[in-house]
Amino acid sequence: MESLSHIFAAGTPLRREALRDVNFRVETGERVGIAGHTGSGKSTLVQLLAGLLKPTAGQVLLDGVPAHGHNTTARDRRRRMGMGFQYPEDQIFEGTVFREVAFGPRNAGLKGKELQARVTWALGMVGLDADTVMERVPYTLSGGETRRVALASTIALQPEVLILDEPTAGLDPRGRDELLTQIGDWHTRTDLTLIVVSHDLTVLARTVDRVIVLRGGRVSASGPVRHVLSGTATLRESGLDPLPSVLLLEQVRAGGASVRIDRFLPEEAAAEIARALEAGTRSHVTRRESA
Amino acid sequence: MAPFIETRGLYHVFRLEDGRQIAAVRAVDLTIGRGEFVALIGPNGSGKSTLARHFNALLLPTSGSVWVDGLSTADPANLWRIRRRVGMVFQNPENQIVASTVEEDVAFGPENRALPPAEIRQRVDDALALVGLRDQRTTPPQMLSGGQKQLLAVAGALAARPDCIVFDEPTSMLDPRGRHQVMDTIRRLNSEAGLTVVLITQAMEEATAARRILAMDRGRIVLQGDPRAVFAQEERLADLGLELPPMADIARRLRQHGVPVSPGILSLTELTRALEAELRAGVTPC
Ligand SMILES: Nc1ncnc2c1ncn2[C@@H]1O[C@H](COP(=O)(O)OP(=O)(O)OP(=O)(O)O)[C@@H](O)[C@H]1O
Ligand SMILES: Nc1ncnc2c1ncn2[C@@H]1O[C@H](COP(=O)(O)OP(=O)(O)OP(=O)(O)O)[C@@H](O)[C@H]1O
Ligand SMILES: [Mg+2]
Ligand SMILES: [Mg+2]
Repeated sequence: MESLSHIFAAGTPLRREALRDVNFRVETGERVGIAGHTGSGKSTLVQLLAGLLKPTAGQVLLDGVPAHGHNTTARDRRRRMGMGFQYPEDQIFEGTVFREVAFGPRNAGLKGKELQARVTWALGMVGLDADTVMERVPYTLSGGETRRVALASTIALQPEVLILDEPTAGLDPRGRDELLTQIGDWHTRTDLTLIVVSHDLTVLARTVDRVIVLRGGRVSASGPVRHVLSGTATLRESGLDPLPSVLLLEQVRAGGASVRIDRFLPEEAAAEIARALEAGTRSHVTRRESA
Repeated sequence: MAPFIETRGLYHVFRLEDGRQIAAVRAVDLTIGRGEFVALIGPNGSGKSTLARHFNALLLPTSGSVWVDGLSTADPANLWRIRRRVGMVFQNPENQIVASTVEEDVAFGPENRALPPAEIRQRVDDALALVGLRDQRTTPPQMLSGGQKQLLAVAGALAARPDCIVFDEPTSMLDPRGRHQVMDTIRRLNSEAGLTVVLITQAMEEATAARRILAMDRGRIVLQGDPRAVFAQEERLADLGLELPPMADIARRLRQHGVPVSPGILSLTELTRALEAELRAGVTPC
């Protein structure tokens, strides 16, 4: 994308500049995370990427073709993308879970056993048991179940580019971890390009290689996940808190232990602190012995 | 603490089109005191929202009973009084939007109480300030971002100033600052204004703010106690598909590495202090 800007309701008193001058490229098979404070422009950005909004300035190119175009090439490119919305409840319109999840694949020509298998697979990806939920009426599901069904509908398309806007909100911890693992496995097996929006930096630490941070509609940081998530000052300036692990490691470092900050996951942070404590003890002992 | 919400032998059974039945709430006997702060946790579909909808008579018992401030929810004559006492922030904030600007939306609750206009304005101002949406007062709600909609829903419940608010995952779309702001507000209204709080959440750290945590599984309350007691049950929580708050989780993993930090740790401050002690002592992990 090039110098992307987006202004909602331009020329009216309700004018809102949601994005200004955003530039980046996503390569096939890359996993990119988008973080940023409430209202920073994340959802606007991914809707532009998916060609669902037309930028007021700049352009989004999908494989060289403008994303929002009306010609068949643009439409074909868009068809290769799947978008999971932030409030996917509103996107559900079919009368049963089966019909809802089957909608996309059926339009793409799947039927019979193949369609059935695709729906079962997609429901499995989000931790739902197909036999129990298939005939349920979507609007009578619990909040988390509804979100899973909506995610399954997007996943069922088996898009080449999967865009997920806050995919883990409302999922229980096990559901969240399983979803992230499933998507990770999918990426490993295929050339899936993944774009994940999340205010939960732990989710990004677990899923992506590169992170873009938005602040008030502009890019405030961008780079490899290790680099961006350990840039605590920039994260704070962008209205985000560093990861819990990083917060702890900062404290431990301030307390005099030599630890690395970029141990983002709880298991990594614990191992790092244990190592530092042990090393500290050893140097303590060595010093005493040599004295 | 005088009881504010009581359920006795509460069941809620949904009947599906195909004749199947789902017992979403089973045999729940629960007393929530006036001014108490209770967190409700549990996996997706465990019955949290269904139970919570009984607290302001949005649902009525299939069997058993529910009293709110001594009023039975089964008596239609009590409906209006119960709804005035118990406010609700729904899981999906879009279900809660009723007006065409942010401030009108927040004014909806107070207006229904037929308060004088000056009082309404004051309450709307206060509520918008508490969630940080003052600058958006004239914005149409559908132009808000996802997190801003959630803040709007919270502001709406606050402005009505009921005795009790049920917050159904009020921070799931918020950035860390928004979360802290909402959680601080909830905590303060509970401790200073005596607001009775029922907080449903998937964020275990938020649950630690409550005096009591209730964990549900398949319609039943299967675990309860103060946060330290509940989060000491690591295996039970894992069985339920739940987790420990972040610092308790790191502390657990440290213990697995042989670092002797005690099991009751829940917060960053507590864990930092424990580790500083370790650093000073220079104890070799075994
Ligand atoms: N349909 C719309 N019309 C007008 N303004 C909008 C619209 N959607 C979003 N905005 C505004 O654009 C800005 C960016 O919104 P966006 O939804 O992209 O934020 P976000 O980063 O996704 O936030 P959140 O984390 O809260 O979901 C906000 O100020 C918002 O008010
Ligand atoms: N209107 C309804 N008709 C039929 N079944 C329902 C209805 N509402 C909820 N259920 C079912 O009742 C069970 C409990 O749902 P509930 O919404 O209370 O769960 P929850 O604990 O709030 O879950 P979540 O964390 O996903 O929001 C679920 O199995 C759900 O599918
Ligand atoms: Mg958004
Ligand atoms: Mg719920």
